[in-house]
Amino acid sequence: MKSSLSHWVRAGAVCCLLLGPALSPALAGTVKVGAIFAVTGPASFLGGPEARTAALVVEKINKAGGIGGDTIQLIVKDSAGSTEKAVSFAKQLIEEEKVVAIIGPSTSGESMAVKKVAEDGQTTLISCAAADVIVNPVARYVFKTPQKDSFAAQMIFEEMRRLKIDTVALASGNDGFGKAGKEQLEKLAPAFGITVAASETYDSKATDLSALVAKLKANAAIQAVINWSVVPAQAIIAKNMRQAGWRVPLFQSHGFGNIEYVRAAGAAAEGIVFPCGRLLVVDALPAGHPQKALLGQYKSEYEAAYKEEASAFGGYAYDAMNMVAAAVRQAGNDRAKVRDAVEGLKNFPGVGGMFTFSPEDHNGLTIDSFAMMTVRDGQFVLYQGK
Amino acid sequence: MSLDLFFQYLFAGITYGSIYAIVAIGFNIIYTTTGIINFAQGEFVMLGGMIAISLLEYLPLGYAIAAAVLITMAIGALIEMLFIRWLESPSVLRMIIITIGISILLRESALHIWGESIRSLPYFYGNEITTFNLGSVHISPQVVWVIVACAVMMAGLSVFFRSTPIGREMRACAANRTAALLCGINTRNMVTLSFMLSAGIGALAGCVMSPITYTQYDSGTSLAIKGFTVAILGGLGNSLAAVAAGILLGIIEAFSVSVVPLAFQDAIAIAILLLILFVKPHGIFGSSEAARLKDF
Repeated sequence: MKSSLSHWVRAGAVCCLLLGPALSPALAGTVKVGAIFAVTGPASFLGGPEARTAALVVEKINKAGGIGGDTIQLIVKDSAGSTEKAVSFAKQLIEEEKVVAIIGPSTSGESMAVKKVAEDGQTTLISCAAADVIVNPVARYVFKTPQKDSFAAQMIFEEMRRLKIDTVALASGNDGFGKAGKEQLEKLAPAFGITVAASETYDSKATDLSALVAKLKANAAIQAVINWSVVPAQAIIAKNMRQAGWRVPLFQSHGFGNIEYVRAAGAAAEGIVFPCGRLLVVDALPAGHPQKALLGQYKSEYEAAYKEEASAFGGYAYDAMNMVAAAVRQAGNDRAKVRDAVEGLKNFPGVGGMFTFSPEDHNGLTIDSFAMMTVRDGQFVLYQGK
Repeated sequence: MSLDLFFQYLFAGITYGSIYAIVAIGFNIIYTTTGIINFAQGEFVMLGGMIAISLLEYLPLGYAIAAAVLITMAIGALIEMLFIRWLESPSVLRMIIITIGISILLRESALHIWGESIRSLPYFYGNEITTFNLGSVHISPQVVWVIVACAVMMAGLSVFFRSTPIGREMRACAANRTAALLCGINTRNMVTLSFMLSAGIGALAGCVMSPITYTQYDSGTSLAIKGFTVAILGGLGNSLAAVAAGILLGIIEAFSVSVVPLAFQDAIAIAILLLILFVKPHGIFGSSEAARLKDF
């Protein structure tokens, strides 16, 4: 019995040895790229469009002959928004799958946790999350495609200064994005002469904020509310404010750039002001705008493939995936060279804006990549001021 | 605290509270007839909302909701027949594991069918910004719908369990299954019926709250936790107490916002649940004698 068992084990081992070399030539022509997105869970708003967009970009590149004949193999891992899962997937992608680079994660909290894994594994990570702290201070292997949250905060405060608003209330989700945004807002407010009269955090799964709104409304000094989150609470706070008969302006972060929230908030979304990339208003851009053609192309391709509106979130993954492809095209299937190639990208046209990376700047965008937008008749339009 | 603010908190609390109460009633119905806690109750709420939203394309709102309730009831019956009915006197622990499994199954199926985006039914009356004023307090009409739905369900259930033969049979089944069987009651059918009833109530709750809270494939989980807390708080099996406990928890949560950040809301609910389980495990309105007669 014992000998027959060891016989089988030996036979199995021989089979593996024989099959190993037979399999590897088939893999020679592939470039493995890892992706960690929160496809399910509370941040699925981000991860869903991101994973679909990345798949779309890869499919297009492979159809057009791949990169120098090599096809890209995209390995998508669903972190469900969990930091622990994101970290273990990152390790798996780097150590077992030996990917050339990783795009994602979707949320700021996950990105901060994965940052160290990417550094230790010396693998390029292009995060699709917004918080400034991901690339500030700069980590050698970590980049990000969404605009910085400090830019968004500046845009909002500048607009407030124009509107002569000097006392505001902050509301933010208790996730990585909300916390980072809250920090930026509180740090930058004094420079614009703005007083933060109240700062409230809510659970990112909150389903009703009427008590919070009642509390803020009771403070008569508050002239405007800034809400900073990526969760459905963005629509809920708008509804609860208008239901409470509170008419002060509501500003939101770039997390509001998803038409689903506008639909969810319905009439309450009208007049919300927020900074965002230009994808949402591509049709309103002047013909000569450097991003217009690219934005229009991404929007129509995404919408044709998935029968849903393209959002700014998908755009983050679009840029990240295209950057990896551009870097591999330049540097080949080599981790260290790909990192240098990404850092060397100049005037790279993306959905988020024109990226110019440098050793000091791993976001590569300027404040011009944002435009102020508002909601009119259930649609995003460029904000013209009051 | 000004009087306005007080009433605004109070109404916010009653809104949350009614939602929790409806979920808790669903827990109670299955508990009273079978002695088990159905942890898939939150998923019935989610399914009701989702199905109604999908049907809205083909049917007017009222019919879509009615159809969603019926379909969810059918799903409830199907689940009971597939997973519960053929078990011979299963242990409480086994049933809990089974219902948790069912809840995961339903949630994942919903993710595949409807995707991860949030959806909602339109407001039954007016729109997102319609309010009417009670003094200086602003109330959304949908809140009234939730409270009315909660009250109607309560009244209907109490009549059903007290005055109809089937309701009495279900209660008999809960009190002593063997004795009920000896009296000629088909206990298995009663269990199926209780699943249908609680699925239907969950689905209706899912529809009336959808405009306020939105519906997402995983929105059932957190509701189930709150509903369970409320069911325990009131005393398992007592639906009237569940309503009182639900509104109590809602009001505590709403007023807590004036002292601690809203993010602590769930912590408060869980702290109350733990406290009740330590101090008065049969609920604030439950009696220890009645609790001793149950196996769970």
